[in-house]
Amino acid sequence: MTLDSMGVPSIPTDHSSDRVVDYGRVFADAVRKLDPRQMIRNPVMFVVEIGTAVVALFTLGAIGSATEGYDLLVTIVLFFTILFATYAEAYAEARGRAQADFLRRTKSTTRAHRIAPDGRTEVVRAGQLLRGDRVRVEAGEIIPGDGEVVEGVGAVDESAITGESAPVIKAPGDSVTAGTRLLSDHLVVSITANPGDTFLDRMIALVEGAVRQKTPNETALTALLAVLTLIFVLVVVTLVPVADYYSPNAVNITTAVALLVCLIPTTIGALLSAIGIAGMNRVARVLVVAKSGRAVEAAGDIDTLILDKTGTITYGNRVATAFVPMPGVDDAELAQASLEASLADTTPEGRSIVDLALRRLGLPTTPALEGTPVEFSAQTRLSGVDYADGRTLRKGAIAAVKALAHDPPPELEAAAEAIARDGGTPLGVVADGRVLGVIRLEDVIKENLKERFAGFRAMGIRTVMVTGDNRTTAAFIASQAGVDDFVAECKPEDKIAITRAEQAEGKLVAVTGDGTNDAPALAQADVGLAMNSGTMAAKEAGNMIDLESNPTKLLDVVMVGKQLLITRGALTTFSIANDVAKYFAIIPAMFANVPGLKVLSALNIMGLRTPHGAILSALIFNALIIPALIPFAIHGVRNRAETAERMLLRNIVNWGVLGVIVPFVGIWAIDRALGLFGLS
Amino acid sequence: MSVSTIATWTVVFATLAITAKPLGEYMSRVFSGSPTILDRLFTPFENALLMWAGVDGSVNMSAVQYGTAFVVVNLVWMLISYAALRLQAILPFNPEHFSGVNPYLAFNTAASFTTNTNWQAYSGENTMSYFSQFANLGFLQFVAPASGAAVGIAFVRGLAGRPLGNFWSDLVKVCTRLLLPLAVIVALILVASGVPETLAAYLRVHTLAGGTQIVPRGPIATWEAIAHLGQNGGGFTGANSANPLENPTPVTNIVLTIAMGLLPVAFFPFMGSMTGRPRVSWTLFFVASVFALGMLAMIYFPEHLGNPRLNALGLDGTANMVGKEVRFGIGGTSIFETATMSFTTGSVVSAHDSYLPLPQIAFFLGMFLNLVFGGAGVGLLNMLMLVLLTVFLVGLMVGRTPEFMGKKIEAREVSLAALAFLIHPFLILVGTAIAVATPPGQAGAFNPAPQGLTEILYAFTSAAANNGSALGGLASSLPFYEIALGIVMILGRYASVMAMLLVVASLLAKKPVPETAGTMPTHGLLFGGILFGAILILNALTFLPIIAMGPLVQHFLLASVQAR
Repeated sequence: MTLDSMGVPSIPTDHSSDRVVDYGRVFADAVRKLDPRQMIRNPVMFVVEIGTAVVALFTLGAIGSATEGYDLLVTIVLFFTILFATYAEAYAEARGRAQADFLRRTKSTTRAHRIAPDGRTEVVRAGQLLRGDRVRVEAGEIIPGDGEVVEGVGAVDESAITGESAPVIKAPGDSVTAGTRLLSDHLVVSITANPGDTFLDRMIALVEGAVRQKTPNETALTALLAVLTLIFVLVVVTLVPVADYYSPNAVNITTAVALLVCLIPTTIGALLSAIGIAGMNRVARVLVVAKSGRAVEAAGDIDTLILDKTGTITYGNRVATAFVPMPGVDDAELAQASLEASLADTTPEGRSIVDLALRRLGLPTTPALEGTPVEFSAQTRLSGVDYADGRTLRKGAIAAVKALAHDPPPELEAAAEAIARDGGTPLGVVADGRVLGVIRLEDVIKENLKERFAGFRAMGIRTVMVTGDNRTTAAFIASQAGVDDFVAECKPEDKIAITRAEQAEGKLVAVTGDGTNDAPALAQADVGLAMNSGTMAAKEAGNMIDLESNPTKLLDVVMVGKQLLITRGALTTFSIANDVAKYFAIIPAMFANVPGLKVLSALNIMGLRTPHGAILSALIFNALIIPALIPFAIHGVRNRAETAERMLLRNIVNWGVLGVIVPFVGIWAIDRALGLFGLS
Repeated sequence: MSVSTIATWTVVFATLAITAKPLGEYMSRVFSGSPTILDRLFTPFENALLMWAGVDGSVNMSAVQYGTAFVVVNLVWMLISYAALRLQAILPFNPEHFSGVNPYLAFNTAASFTTNTNWQAYSGENTMSYFSQFANLGFLQFVAPASGAAVGIAFVRGLAGRPLGNFWSDLVKVCTRLLLPLAVIVALILVASGVPETLAAYLRVHTLAGGTQIVPRGPIATWEAIAHLGQNGGGFTGANSANPLENPTPVTNIVLTIAMGLLPVAFFPFMGSMTGRPRVSWTLFFVASVFALGMLAMIYFPEHLGNPRLNALGLDGTANMVGKEVRFGIGGTSIFETATMSFTTGSVVSAHDSYLPLPQIAFFLGMFLNLVFGGAGVGLLNMLMLVLLTVFLVGLMVGRTPEFMGKKIEAREVSLAALAFLIHPFLILVGTAIAVATPPGQAGAFNPAPQGLTEILYAFTSAAANNGSALGGLASSLPFYEIALGIVMILGRYASVMAMLLVVASLLAKKPVPETAGTMPTHGLLFGGILFGAILILNALTFLPIIAMGPLVQHFLLASVQAR
């Protein structure tokens, strides 16, 4: 439970402002990543590296020849092509690391008071705590490890990891996170994670890309790119003997390597890992810890979102929105009575009644409580106040109010039913046995949800609301929020059944949850987003954890997952589409001096001036496009909620069609620019 | 464009368009085990055949079992065929007393006919006995396309989410339910048009000039019928379908053109019917049709306009009739050649070496793509291979793991499809590179580069695509080419088919995912356009350099003359 009673979600805190990318280290990493042993994991760039080495050796061997300037330039451009690729990856990692540093600050050299089996406490370093250890945390201390409260109740400041300033009350059974600070009282915590395995550790590792494993889709794409590379190696290698058929040594080795590097999908090959790292970072930036990249990718594939009504679709609490007086009762009288009956009520509902009454009565401040407050109890289902003069005020469930009233008016039932029908909850107010009227309590739906759900519908994602409310209320909220379907009178245990039913139809399902009885559904679902405020069981079961405990963020995670795939697809398409122009630049240039093949200059439709200039232009374009596209790799290509067909059309135009056209313009422009330096 | 050209094209297109759907649905009934009209006639015969062979045709096979049966039985046929060719001299029906076929040619021919390539490094009329023609090669002309079609059928079953079926049963049924009945009809039409069908010895006729001429004949009508229905394409004689005894009239020309296309085209609606996704199959159908029309235009118009070099000399500025039969004209020739290159038949009615460069590029296009309907079943497989690659490449751009027919396309499928795609350029480019770089290969080409390169490239492309047509101008009976092309044919036939069978097995094992508004549509104009573009770009990137050095150089040489 949070102390912030209205449960208003904070805007996802973006900590990018305090991130500083260390460019010195980025360059150092970029150079370090040139190591072929690392490079071999990226087949496309590995081929470029081999090609560069071949050309470099050839250049060294041919010093003094007529083409030494050209050979040297090609070597330099090839070297920069690889460097841009390693730079992209290093830069993405650096951004992640900057984010991790922010997280790491909270994980200092904390000391822990470990409770030995004999009951005595000993001081150890937090890093020495093992799963199963029990520690005692005093007010003002940092909680040394992830764990579960076994004793005591206290307020915990979780702002270090969530950015949320309001403290959170933790009681036995609640989970606590390493790096958060206990503000009051003391707690005994049972540690549930070994060193290096806390949520913070995992998050740091993930955003740094240290434990990054290729996701299934990335593996598939890498395989396809490897085969495409192999095809182009074949094309270029076989080109040599075929050209020799015309005249011996027709093909210059440098030019052949330049052609190969231009053709193989270097753009996507260079940016693929940066895209993956940046995708994880974008998830982390909305303060969600994904336990694996696979989970983020799966989020893009989700077909059904199972959303709790309370907390996800509506704010956690109901809010008073209207007073419905009984015949003969003044509106102000009902408001006054409701106010007095609620002054002692600290529940969010009670405070919302106070707020509404103050507004209705035009009072600037809350009046002081006189009389004796009567606490709500499950038996009476009423609360209120008793005055010294014998007057009593009660508010509560309609049935309880009716039982208390001397002569309940028939309008009471009618008003209550009308409110319930609209999805509200009626609360009766009775003064000395006389029914004054009904307070209407309503669920308040979070802003913009209807639009977002409509967007999801367009993308083919079904939203299902689950709630413990009765059908009438559930139906009303469902229609207000614009979800596709709802399940009413649902117990938390039912979520697993709903998840399974959807999965049986072949759908991928995402759920959110925080309670122990949500854990099976979180584990069963393809994406299970657990709340950090939830129990340890829930957090263990889910494959993502929201540090801010705002379940609505599931929607953001789905969009990040989609964007990740779209970015990969867009840059792959662009990379392959680029090749068309490069052929028109290189093929005529390559054979310009081969007697039988000179006529191929007809293919030089860009009007490139000299053969060497044409090849250099294509190669430089091929290299420059990598840094030019780094922003897209890091931030993801723009995506909006729309049908697959529209999305496909937009992206195929932006990346496929433009991918064919842009390099024609780019190569032509570079050729002209080289001309200014006398290089073409 | 003459009336006869328009009439010929219209009849061919209309017939193929009209027959596609009913034939596809008939196939769907046959290969789903639903009752059909021919059951009473054939079922007892089929059952007896399977029982005699000792196989149970009702057992569903796994992809590996299916593929193994396909490859093993093909290998057995190849060995038997090889032996029978070597022993031709002592086998019956040899009225011209031809000797046994030499080992290189026997290997090349056995490989060629078993792989449905039907590349011929020989002239039938002075090499093969009637036994070799109708019993040995004729047998292979039925079972080779039937086994390829069977694999296509199994793949479609898998796409439809059904078990892959039984290879033996499919093999027999393709022969009995499709090839045999159609072959009987086509053969009768050909006989009625004057094509010989006899086992009698060649005719020795005394000409008016007083000399003696030998007129080769034989069981030609039946040969021609299955040669085209099964996209085999080998000629009974060396002149192939240009020989008036094989293809005497413009009408038989139309009949043979249609015969080539019937099954490959019907395979597309067959897939639609089996999978319940007719829109997907019609989209692929239209993409293939656009390629076919493009090829037809690329062949017809340059030939119709004639050779610019001759025209520049002021010679009678008409069509390029060199190497073409007057009785078919440019129109009838173009449609036949388009069909033979689209459906990978490989029979020809003209000399491909005499074409202008652009039409030659169209011939290459048909063989590079290998999916402009392609051979019955295997053409569809090639199309689906490109569909899978396209779906994966562009499908990511809708923000989901790419899906095709309700199945996710992941690492395994994409790697296998990409490898299947790789095999084709590998065989063509490496084969050509070896040939042009080695003396035995160089010895084969009758012309210097660029035409010599085009001739060599064409041979390897034809072999890899299992097309079987020859550009000509190449000494294909040199042992180098007989062995190299034989190997290329075998790899080109079996490697990609096995990869695709593994793809479908992998798809079949996956749970189907429901289609939503978020699923990328794999039908309609947008996807069709993207697929067309992707096929074109992927193939252009692979083959443009080699084409540039061959026919494209020649095109620019011709064009430069024109501009002068």
